[in-house]
Amino acid sequence: MSFFDKLKKRFNNEENEEQVQEKYKEGMKKSRGAFSGRINDLIARYRKVDEDFFEELEEVLITADVGVTTVMDLVDELKMEVKRQNIKDTEQIKDVISEKLVDIYYGDDDPEIETLNIQENGMTVILVVGVNGVGKTTSIGKLAHQLKQQGKTVMLAAGDTFRAGAIEQLEEWGKRADVEVIKQSAGSDPAAVIYDGIQAAKARNVDVLLCDTAGRLQNKVNLMKELEKIKRVIEREVPGAPHEVLLVLDATTGQNALSQAKTFSEATDVTGIVLTKLDGTAKGGIVLAIRKELDIPVKFVGLGEQINDLQKFDASLFVYGLFADMIEEEA
Amino acid sequence: MAFEGLAERLQSTIKKITGKGKISEQDIKEMSREIRLALLEADVNFRVVKDLINRIKERAVGQEVMESLTPGQQVVKIVRDELAELMGGENAKIAVGDRPPTVIMMVGLQGAGKTTTSGKLANLLRKKHNRKPLLVACDVYRPAAIEQLKTLGDQLNMPVFSLGTDTNPVEIAEKAIEKAKEDHLDYVIIDTAGRLHVDNELMTELTEIKEAVEPEEIFLVVDAMTGQDAVNVAESFNEQLDITGVVLTKLDGDTRGGAALSIKAVTDKPIKFAGMGEKLDQLEPFHPDRMASRILGMGDVLSLIEKAETTVDQKKAKELEEKMRSMSFTFDDFLEQMEQVKQMGPLDELLNMLPGAGKMKGLKNAQIDERQLSHVEAIVKSMTKKERQNPDIINASRKKRIARGSGTTVSQVNRLLKQFNEMKKMMKQMTNMQKGKKGKGFKLPFM
Ligand SMILES: Nc1nc2c(ncn2[C@@H]2O[C@H](COP(=O)(O)OP(=O)(O)OP(=O)(O)O)[C@@H](O)[C@H]2O)c(=O)[nH]1
Ligand SMILES: [Mg+2]
Repeated sequence: MSFFDKLKKRFNNEENEEQVQEKYKEGMKKSRGAFSGRINDLIARYRKVDEDFFEELEEVLITADVGVTTVMDLVDELKMEVKRQNIKDTEQIKDVISEKLVDIYYGDDDPEIETLNIQENGMTVILVVGVNGVGKTTSIGKLAHQLKQQGKTVMLAAGDTFRAGAIEQLEEWGKRADVEVIKQSAGSDPAAVIYDGIQAAKARNVDVLLCDTAGRLQNKVNLMKELEKIKRVIEREVPGAPHEVLLVLDATTGQNALSQAKTFSEATDVTGIVLTKLDGTAKGGIVLAIRKELDIPVKFVGLGEQINDLQKFDASLFVYGLFADMIEEEA
Repeated sequence: MAFEGLAERLQSTIKKITGKGKISEQDIKEMSREIRLALLEADVNFRVVKDLINRIKERAVGQEVMESLTPGQQVVKIVRDELAELMGGENAKIAVGDRPPTVIMMVGLQGAGKTTTSGKLANLLRKKHNRKPLLVACDVYRPAAIEQLKTLGDQLNMPVFSLGTDTNPVEIAEKAIEKAKEDHLDYVIIDTAGRLHVDNELMTELTEIKEAVEPEEIFLVVDAMTGQDAVNVAESFNEQLDITGVVLTKLDGDTRGGAALSIKAVTDKPIKFAGMGEKLDQLEPFHPDRMASRILGMGDVLSLIEKAETTVDQKKAKELEEKMRSMSFTFDDFLEQMEQVKQMGPLDELLNMLPGAGKMKGLKNAQIDERQLSHVEAIVKSMTKKERQNPDIINASRKKRIARGSGTTVSQVNRLLKQFNEMKKMMKQMTNMQKGKKGKGFKLPFM
């Protein structure tokens, strides 16, 4: 069975999630269309797998923000594979390309790395961090809704006490998802708000507490310290918490996302990524580099501004999405 | 993992080339590759990089580089020149309409920073241009967007016009203009909702606002961290709205900001302002030249190169290198070198311009004592010609004479002699180092 067949099978087997995947495919259409369009162009133009072909492939991947180093490594590996399998024409290489991409993503890990760490017993605390404007608050709103759909009781803590209108924004999401929001007034200590949130969540026996934080650029040392303090408060109040520290990344971001992932991890031990704004034309390829260099998995993707526009990330689907048109053509 | 700047990237290639005298097309090809990598890592768009590299190659194969003694530096200079030309000149003007109010429309993707920038711009107009702006809340979609703008208005003590979330943004904009006229306000800043450039419905809404209020300025607000997609975003917004300028936000981060170059290349519209922080006074005029250096990640290494070029006689530099190799370096050479260095300007300033200087042991926080330097000069000048060429003959009585002649002490003379010997050894190591070995910190005698 070819790799694409396997993928397709996997895609079709998950029937109960079919709708989810339709949504995912729909949202990814724009980025997928552009990407696989280029791969198809590429394959149509080149019959032979030669230097020019690889150069062009490099270009396609770089344009997807995969990151130069990762692209170079990938292309080198592909070249070796082509030699090993004695591949001559471009039709055959499509399998190898996507297999390698998924491979980079998973490494030795199993796909479970994408699952959110929700405690069976007791409270789960999730801290959400990231630079300004990436979609932290929106993602929290969406996630609250999703968890509630799954039968969990959810509470939000308005840890962004800095940005104008941030508390009101989270409150609006609280209304939409129908969950309680714990807040203090603007300008108060964010760690104190989170502390309040934890106490309230404990008192009300809430399953999941989602903590919003103010956006901050990773090179602001004091602001990163503030984040460390918030995390310490959580650790102190709930043993084993935070169970997830989600870093929100904007798919439009280029190579700086790697620096974001690195610095936020140093401060807060990021456990997963939410990749937002994938409904645009940006491809978010940098997550491959992040996964490769820092070993942080993507857990969710944001595909729009509505409450349902948050989907579980699946690397195979991600790659499948990029190549879907090509695969369908082949079938 | 930190990205290397162009200078660092080119270093090994340059090292191979220096001393060669002439460089081959293969050398240039190798350098082009490094330049390409540096630009791509800085998020300059692929297409833009391609064009740039072609132009750079063309110029590099030309006479000016091939025959230069410092081809590596020449190439770096060409890159900077090309980049500077593409970035264009500084332009932080804000249009003034024939009749008040002048209308400014803020557009861009979600999360780019439109609302904050609107507040900053209003603040700037009042502070620097003595204007009375009205902020207009046309983002009726994002939760609490209106509250955000209102809060900024409160902080600035400036009026904010809003009709809530149930009115059409086109109508809000029109009514806002009437309001500004009534209240004799001379600028109207329209904050629109963030939207994807491929969202036809919402892009049409912007066109409608534009037609309704005929803005003098349409600023596209772009996050400096944007990657390859910047060209698509800028192209779409520009095609559909014919923007008048760009504001680059979050430049206080550590991104290289190659998006700036991409945007300029595809729109040819000026980048007017840069957001430098979350506070409302942190909006600055955009400096294209600084941006060019930042993208290349090379501090002010270029101005250093330029300084060195105009002051250091290249033929002499070549001779010096020969001497260093053969260990025939004398106090005469030393004096000459000192003269040249002095002509380049204050020493610590020079050191600060070197991007790698911070990392080099011994150079970090190097305090260069210019007074010390003049002592050294005096000591060398008090030596006889013979002594300068062969310092080994300097015995105790000669030392005494030199100290008296230069107004220093024997121990100062001793120290210099010792340092000079060490330096010669260092030089030998350095020429070896160019062949790949790593050396320890390197100190000039006047440091
Ligand atoms: N198209 C699209 N827009 C999104 C997505 N996620 C968030 N947004 C939008 O991005 C903008 C910023 O989102 P926020 O949730 O306010 O971002 P934030 O990280 O909380 O911002 P700060 O708190 O200001 O740092 C809003 O306009 C959101 O509607 C997504 O997946 N797709
Ligand atoms: Mg927020």
